[in-house]
Amino acid sequence: MTEEKRVDIVGRGNVEGANLFRDWFAELGEAAKNDHGAAYVFVMGSMAEILKVFDFPLVLPEITSLQTAVRRVADEYLTVAEDYGYSSDICGYVKADIGIHMRERKHPMGAIPKPALTVLTNACNTYVKWAEIWERMYNIPVFVLDVPATRQAGGQFQPGSADFKRDCKYVEAQIRELITLCENITGKKFDIDRLRETMAYANDMNIGWKRVLELNKSKPSLFNALTDGTVYLGVSNNFRGTKEGSDYFKNLVEEMEYKAAHGIGTQTDEKYRLAFVGVPCYPIFRRFNEMFAEWGGAFVHSTYLHFASGGANMGFEYDVNRPIESLAEGTLISVREAMDNMFHQDRVVIEMVKDYELDGVVYHPIKSCRTVSTGLADGRRAMMAATDTPSLFIESDMMDKRVVSEAQIKNRADAFFEGLASRRLTAQNA
Amino acid sequence: MTLSLFGTWQGQSLDGIVAECRDLVEDADFPTVKRWREAGGKVLGHFQVYFPEEIAHAAGMLPLKMRGAPIECMHSDSHFGSYLCSIIKTSLELALSKRVELDLFVTHPICDAARNLAAVWGRNFEYPCQILYLPQNANSAASATYLSEEYARVLADIEKITGKKVTDEALKNSMSVYNENRKLLRQLYEFKRKQPWLISAYETYLLTNIGGMITRDEHNEILKAVIPMIETRSIKRHDKIRVVFEGGFCEQPPLDLIRTISQSCYVVDDDLLIGLRWILEDVSLEGNPLFNLAEAYLEKSSYSPVQHDSRKLKEKMLLQRIADSGAEAAIITAAKMCEPGLEEQVAYTKALDEKGIPYFVSEFEESMTSFDHMEIQLETFTENILFG
Repeated sequence: MTEEKRVDIVGRGNVEGANLFRDWFAELGEAAKNDHGAAYVFVMGSMAEILKVFDFPLVLPEITSLQTAVRRVADEYLTVAEDYGYSSDICGYVKADIGIHMRERKHPMGAIPKPALTVLTNACNTYVKWAEIWERMYNIPVFVLDVPATRQAGGQFQPGSADFKRDCKYVEAQIRELITLCENITGKKFDIDRLRETMAYANDMNIGWKRVLELNKSKPSLFNALTDGTVYLGVSNNFRGTKEGSDYFKNLVEEMEYKAAHGIGTQTDEKYRLAFVGVPCYPIFRRFNEMFAEWGGAFVHSTYLHFASGGANMGFEYDVNRPIESLAEGTLISVREAMDNMFHQDRVVIEMVKDYELDGVVYHPIKSCRTVSTGLADGRRAMMAATDTPSLFIESDMMDKRVVSEAQIKNRADAFFEGLASRRLTAQNA
Repeated sequence: MTLSLFGTWQGQSLDGIVAECRDLVEDADFPTVKRWREAGGKVLGHFQVYFPEEIAHAAGMLPLKMRGAPIECMHSDSHFGSYLCSIIKTSLELALSKRVELDLFVTHPICDAARNLAAVWGRNFEYPCQILYLPQNANSAASATYLSEEYARVLADIEKITGKKVTDEALKNSMSVYNENRKLLRQLYEFKRKQPWLISAYETYLLTNIGGMITRDEHNEILKAVIPMIETRSIKRHDKIRVVFEGGFCEQPPLDLIRTISQSCYVVDDDLLIGLRWILEDVSLEGNPLFNLAEAYLEKSSYSPVQHDSRKLKEKMLLQRIADSGAEAAIITAAKMCEPGLEEQVAYTKALDEKGIPYFVSEFEESMTSFDHMEIQLETFTENILFG
């Protein structure tokens, strides 16, 4: 491959991702201007495959909310919600979103259209409470797609079993009800061939996402799971079921395969391979990573890239010849996977330690998200007992800089790396 | 297994029974559970809010409502981070400290924290720990069938633990016991609504709470003995405002907080331990018992911030509760760090503002011990209504 090709391909995922994001915000701004009712959805089970058939613009409020934190203006929105009555102890995403709505749906990147409906899964209970707020604000239908997940550690119902069929039947019945609701709202007849099309694009994205994650087993790692990974994740969620998303992931796989073949890593001089467990610290997003990169710590994987992709990491491939049934199976398997990566994260991390040859694990429980954070301390105990891998446990937040102590995080990170260095030295001298 | 776990209530006055109930409710060693186990019984611990206890009862297990306790977390603290409600930590503490020993633990997807418990417990105990996926889509035509099948799945797990096959007849017998229990609890609450001076919120709460730690057969016997005593009680009616208490659906406020409120208000309805009273009508004993139970959960049930049902907008349900009980004000509480409770507070207070209904907002934690400040605030609130 020529040097020109290398220039074209390395870093393409980030550039194309940023361009797609700009397009997405522009499209939403246009929809807002034209008063085109949107579907408000969430990253864990967006049901984009169905909603795209009805031409709903998709608003993903988790992403608009986190953007306010990345751009360091979240506090303005949080304050609006708290002044209205919302507690400082609830999810910051919810409060930033309320702030956006109370400012006529304007946010730092533009504006979002009003909702025509909201579709959510039970992967996060706060999704439900959040949707109930819009239900009151806009008097819109709230569709909760209930996805029964793993009942007991290690006891996932497997395809083909009676229990799996039972859960599938339930999900399928709800998907059919969702289609009817969309027909009623839009006045459009459901087009199953368009569903096949969105599912085929989603297949490309699922396959690509799984492959990209696998490729980061390379040494050195090919992308930073915390920073670059979040860009890829955003495209995976915002462009699910679209040609743009399909093309993006085909290109991204090409980029990562190229980097793997040529031993091209990230900008970090990789001394320690780390996994990140939890939700990123968006108020100091870049700085957080720097505190680890300065020591040669490279985030090669993250549970976030699993659960916040709605389980796309499973690489589930729909059978477009029986679209509804297959969509139900894929939704069940993928959303369940997302939930497993939060509730049974110990099992996932233990696998990551082995597969990605990790030197350490960074746990980042946050005040805002009890779905992800409640089990982290206990899961960390289990991981350390099973693998004897050093870990760091830092509590802060994904939105609220009042709960983020940069100096304290740096002190903890420094001590963590000193420990890793000492451990490595001891091992070398043994 | 029929066994008197409480025992000491028999032959006592109403005040005496209430005092015995208080001792039991406050005893974080759960002596009734220990008695049950000593007699060879097995225990199913289920986290708040609602569990179809009938299926455990039919298999001869003691269903134990895991609702935390005002205890220090010596063991469980290191298993959790900082930003959590207390009940999550104290419930695990009860188990880690072996104050409560279980044969099966079941939690529910009621909130982001509680749904983590099956995994957390599963990493720490040998016995099965699982989640019962109560439907979050109460409005789907498929939900009742799905739920009845989910109940059947849990029942199969219970049968494995007890080694006993549960027949439809046994299920119907248990459902009959629970129908009677809910009917008696409705009668108890009827007193609160119609003659709240005869039975305080504090007393009602204690009499209800013990149902979660003894057999419902015995609970029925206690309630049947107590209700006539309430009727014949001679207590003068005081000049207190009538309030609805909202916010006790999961973590329980300290007993002294409820007593403090009882001193200045007549609590004519509440959502304390709503799971014990979730089903509002008798469950049919005809046909498929598990389907009937599932349908009752969805169709004949109360409301709480942790169940979404488009037919039951919470603030409308609260206004209905206020209207039905003839309350003139509301106490809107939430447990500290309780995401659903805190979020619902906003909807409740906005709806009350719109209707011009006075309300008192507070937060609590099960381990709170000082109520002086709240008492003064509450007195001011009630005086404003009485003399305003």
